[in-house]
Amino acid sequence: MAEIRSNAASVEFRNVTKIYGNSKAPAVNDISLFIEAGKLVTLLGPSGCGKTTTLRMIAGLEMVTSGQILIGGADVTWLPATDRDVSMVFQSYALFPHMTVTQNVEYGLGFSGFGRKETAERARAGLELVGLSSFGDRLPSQLSGGQQQRVAVARALVLEPQVLLFDEPLSNLDAKLRRRVREEIREIQQKLGLTVVYVTHDQEEALAVSDRIIVMNNAVIAQDGTPRELYEEPANAFVADFIGEANMFQCEVVSVEGDSATVHLGPAVLKLPARGLKPGPAKLAARPSRLEIGEPNAPGTVPGTLEKVTYVGSHLEFVVATEFGEVFVISPDVDTALRAGQPVSIGFPERGPVLITD
Amino acid sequence: MRVRTATSALHPTVVLWTAVGLVGYALLPWYGLESNFFTLSWLVDGYPLDDDVAPALFLVLQGEKLWLAPLGPLLLAPLLLSGRRKSDPFFGYLLIAVGATGVAYVLLQGFGIGLRGFEWPWLTWFFGELDDRQFGMGWGALLVSGAFLFLFTLGLAARGAVAGDEFVVGSIGFVVAVVAIFIFMPIGQMLGSALLTQEGDYSLPVFLAKFSSGRLWSLGCLSGGPRCGVAWNSLFLAILVGAMTTALGLVFALVVTRTGFRYGALLRALTVLPIITPPFVIGLAIILLFGLSGAINLGFAELIGVRPTRWIYGLPGLLIAQVLAFTPIAFLVMIGVVEGVSPSMEEAAQTLRANRWQTFITVSLPLMRPGLANAFLLSFIESMADFGNPLVLGGNFDVLSTEIFFAIVGAQYDQAQAAILALVLLFFTLGAFYAQRFWLGKKSYTTVSGKGDAGVHPHLPATFRNLVFGVAAVWTLFTLLIYVTIFYGSFVKLWGVDFSLTFEHYVKAFSIGWNEFGIHWRGSAWSSFWTTMEIALISAPLTAAIGLLTAYLLVRQNFAGKDTFEFATMLSFAIPGTVIGVSYVIAFNVPPIELTGTGIILVLSFIFRNMPVGVRAGVASMSQIDRSLDESSLTLGANSWQTFRKVVLPLLRPAILAALVYSFVRAMTAISAIIFLVSAQYDMSTSYIVGRVENNEYGIAIAYSAVLIGVMLAVIGLMQLAVGSRMIGRRGLDGDLAQSRTNVSQAVVARPQPAISGGG
Repeated sequence: MAEIRSNAASVEFRNVTKIYGNSKAPAVNDISLFIEAGKLVTLLGPSGCGKTTTLRMIAGLEMVTSGQILIGGADVTWLPATDRDVSMVFQSYALFPHMTVTQNVEYGLGFSGFGRKETAERARAGLELVGLSSFGDRLPSQLSGGQQQRVAVARALVLEPQVLLFDEPLSNLDAKLRRRVREEIREIQQKLGLTVVYVTHDQEEALAVSDRIIVMNNAVIAQDGTPRELYEEPANAFVADFIGEANMFQCEVVSVEGDSATVHLGPAVLKLPARGLKPGPAKLAARPSRLEIGEPNAPGTVPGTLEKVTYVGSHLEFVVATEFGEVFVISPDVDTALRAGQPVSIGFPERGPVLITD
Repeated sequence: MRVRTATSALHPTVVLWTAVGLVGYALLPWYGLESNFFTLSWLVDGYPLDDDVAPALFLVLQGEKLWLAPLGPLLLAPLLLSGRRKSDPFFGYLLIAVGATGVAYVLLQGFGIGLRGFEWPWLTWFFGELDDRQFGMGWGALLVSGAFLFLFTLGLAARGAVAGDEFVVGSIGFVVAVVAIFIFMPIGQMLGSALLTQEGDYSLPVFLAKFSSGRLWSLGCLSGGPRCGVAWNSLFLAILVGAMTTALGLVFALVVTRTGFRYGALLRALTVLPIITPPFVIGLAIILLFGLSGAINLGFAELIGVRPTRWIYGLPGLLIAQVLAFTPIAFLVMIGVVEGVSPSMEEAAQTLRANRWQTFITVSLPLMRPGLANAFLLSFIESMADFGNPLVLGGNFDVLSTEIFFAIVGAQYDQAQAAILALVLLFFTLGAFYAQRFWLGKKSYTTVSGKGDAGVHPHLPATFRNLVFGVAAVWTLFTLLIYVTIFYGSFVKLWGVDFSLTFEHYVKAFSIGWNEFGIHWRGSAWSSFWTTMEIALISAPLTAAIGLLTAYLLVRQNFAGKDTFEFATMLSFAIPGTVIGVSYVIAFNVPPIELTGTGIILVLSFIFRNMPVGVRAGVASMSQIDRSLDESSLTLGANSWQTFRKVVLPLLRPAILAALVYSFVRAMTAISAIIFLVSAQYDMSTSYIVGRVENNEYGIAIAYSAVLIGVMLAVIGLMQLAVGSRMIGRRGLDGDLAQSRTNVSQAVVARPQPAISGGG
C-alpha cells in the first residue's frame, strides 16, 4: 500500500519584483521572504495586494520581473510550472470536468514517471487520505463543493510536492464547511509535515490555520509573524486594522527609557513598551477586548460617554464617545448595570494597547 | 393594488380574441387574394358578395361553402362566459373546448376540401361527392385560426398551465403552432410526396426502387467506374469539408488565443467575410483563378508547357471553395469554445507536471470537444446544403443539392424524386446531428464555475505554434487573393480572353436613368436588388422577434414538455436550406396554404431558416441577465408580458440588433432555399446572379456580387456603430475592447453553440 509522504522544502524570495505587461505599478515590489520547510505560511491581504501573484510566482505560473526564487535551496527562478516540484489547489479547484475523480487524481502521477500500478495505488491512497475512496468513479460535476475541494487537495498531495500551494481554497464553500475544511487542511499538513503556502483575504481563517502569516499591502510585505504577534503586536496601523478590530488613538510619546515609553493620551499618562519608537507623536492601537470600562474620572483613564450598549449573548459591546472619537469596547461581563448615556472612563491595562508609528 | 371588479363583464382577453375571430369571419376575405391584400383593391372587386373576396359569413349566407358555417357559432361561444371569473372551471374548460374544436375544424376543412372537392376518400364515402372546391386560405382564415389558438391557450392558462400565465401560454402556443406549420408540416408533406408516383398514386415499391437507385448509391468509382452515387458524393465531400474546416477553425482560434498573436482583431474581421459573401461567390473566384481560362491555371499550364485542363471542376474545386467559405464559420464556433476553457484548467495541468504539449493533448483539446463537434456539424451541414458552389463548380461531380434542384426545375419535373433526394440529405444531416450528441455524451465540459481564477492561457509549444502560424498565413493570403480577384474581375471585360478594364458590367447591371416619372432604374439588376432589400428588411425584424420570444420561453420559463420544445427548435438547425426549399414548394403549392410565387413564402422561408440564430443570440444574452430582475419586476406587480417588454427587452438590445443584422444579411446572401421559391415577380439577387452564371455572363455576376458584398459591409458597419454606442450594463463600462470587437460576431458566436444550418 502506497503512502503519501512529504518532501517538504523551504521557499525563499530574494528581492522579487513582478510588473505585469505594460502597467507601471508593480504587482509585487521587491519582496524578500523565507518559508521554512514543513510550515504552513499564509499570505494575507486585501484584494489586489499582490498575494496571489506571489503564490503564482512560487508555482511558476508567473515569471518574476527581477529577483530570485529558491525552492529547497535550488534556484528555480526561470523554471516553468511543469518543472517545479510544486502543486497547487486552485480557487475554482480546476478539476478536469471530462475526467473522473480517479483520473483527476492520477493525472499528475502519469507525468511523474510512476508505473501504472503505482499510479493507481497512490491515487487510491490520496483519495483515502481525504476520505473519498468510494467516489473514484464519479465525475467532478457529481460532487458537492466540499468534495470537489478535497479531490483538488488529493490531486495535489499525491505528487508529494516540495511545496503545496492553496489559492483561497475556501472561498467557494459555505461558512460552516469552511471551518471544517480548514481544520482538515491543517491536520493533513501537520500529519505529513508539508510546506504549505496559503493565500486568503480572510483574517480569521489565516489566524486559525497558520504557523506564520505574511500580511501584504500595496505590493509589499506589511508584517511577517506568528498569528499571536500579528494580533497582539501589529507593526503598523494597516495590520492593526486589517487583523481583528482595533481602536486607534492619537498620542504623544514624551520620553523613552530603555524599553519603556511614557505616553500622553489626552488626560491619561501611560507606561508602555517602547517598541523602538522615539519621542514625538505616535499612535496607540487597542483591541476592543483589551480596554476596560470603568467609573468616570478614575486616574490614568480617558473620559467618555456611553453611547450604546449591545447585548450579544456571550458578551456586551459598548460604543463610547470620547475626544478621540467613538471607541469600541467588548466586555465579557454581561451582568453590568451600565446604561447608555452615562459617563464612563476607558482604562488601559498593561498588556493590550501597543504603540505604533504615526 | 386595486381589486378588479371581475364579475362585471367578460374577461378582456376573451373579448379581444373573440373580436379578432369575428372580424376574420365576418369582415375580411376568407380566401387568399390574387392581388396584395394591403392595396385594398379587393374592397372594390365585388366585396363583400363576390366569391373571391367574400368573408366567410357572406359566403355562408349566400349558401356557399357551407362547411364554414359551424365556425360562426363556435366563435360566439366564448360570450357565454360573460360574468364568470377566470378561476371558474367552466371558464377554462369552455375556452379549451372552443379553441381546440375551432383549430381542429379549420385544419380539417382546409386539408379535407381542396381544389377538386374532397381530398380524402373517406370524406367522399361519408358525405358523398362534393362538387364545390376551395382555394388557399386568406386573411380571414388566418385571423379566425389565430383567435381559436389563443382562446385555447387562454383556456389552458385559466386551468393553471404555466402558473396561469396567459402571455407565456399564448407564446408557447404561438411558437409551437408556427414551427409545426412552417417546419414540421412541410417536412411531413415532403415525406408523403416521396411515396407518390408520377401518376399520383402512393406506391412503396416505386419509392424503394427510386430510393435505392444506383444513381444515388452506386459505388462505381471505387471499382474504377465513371462515377459514384450522388449520396456518396455529398457525404464524402461534406465529411472532407467538415474535417478540414474544423481543423482550420481550430488553428485560427489557437492563433488568436494561445500564441500571443497581436492582430487577432484582424482575423476576427476576416470572419465577417463569409457571412456577407454569397457562398457561390467563392466558387466564381475559384473559376477565375483555376478554371479553364483561369489566371493561375493558364499561367501554370504555360510554365510547364501543357494544355490547361478542367481539373478544378468537381471535387477539387468544390473542396477548395467550401473550405474557404466555411472555415471562418468554424473559427467563430471554435474561438468561443477555446476562449471558454478556463485558464486555471491548463494551469492546474502544468502544476501537475504536464508540459505544454501534454497539457494541450490531455486537457485543452478534450475540453474543446463541444466546439470541435459543433464546428464539424455546422460545416458538414453547410456543405451538404451548399447549392451555389456545386452549381458553378461541380462539373461531373453531382451532389444531392443540385440533383434536387434539377429534379424540380429540370425537364423531368419529378417532385417525388426531389423529395426522396431531400430525404437522403435530411437523413445525413440528422445523422450527423445525432452522431454529435452521441460523441459528446453526457460528460460535462463546462469549466468555468463558481468564482473564477484570473489566470492566463499558456502558449502553445514552439514547433506547433510555428505550424499553426504557417497554416493561418497561407489561408489568409489565399482568402485575400480570392477577394481581390472578385473585385478585379468585376472590372475585367471578358476574363481569360480580354483582360482590359471596363465599367461595362456595372453599367449594365446598375445604370440609372431619368424619365418623366423621376429616377428610372434602368440596370438589369435593380429589380432583383430591390426585391431582395424589401424581403430582407421585412423578414429581419420578424425573425428577430420570433427568435427572441422563443429564447425567452426557453431561458426564463418552465413548462411541461420544455425539453421537447427545445429539441424541436434545435432540430430545425439540422435541416438544410435545400430541404426547406423543396418542402415549401411541395407543401405550399396547394391549398389550404397556397403561397408559392408570392413574396410571403420568401419571407417565411427566411424567418424559419434564420430563426435559430435569433434564438441563440437571445438565449446567450438572456442567460447573462439575472433572473432576479424578472422576479423583482413580477413582485412589483407587472405581469410577464410587461416584464418582458419593460425589463428583458431593453436589456436585450444588443442581442436584438445582432439578430436583426444577421437575419438581414442572411436574407441577402442565401441561395439554397430561395432558388426553389423565387418567381418572376419576386426574384432575389442570389438567384439572379446564379442565373447569369448559368448563362456564362460572368462579368455581371461578379460585379453584382461585389456590389452585394459592399452593401452588406456598409450595413454591418452602420449596425456596428449603432450597437457599439448603445452597449448598456456593466460590461460596456469597463472599456473592454473584447466586448465591442465585433458585435456581428456576437450574433455569430451565439449562433454556433448548437449547430445551425446555414448554407446559402
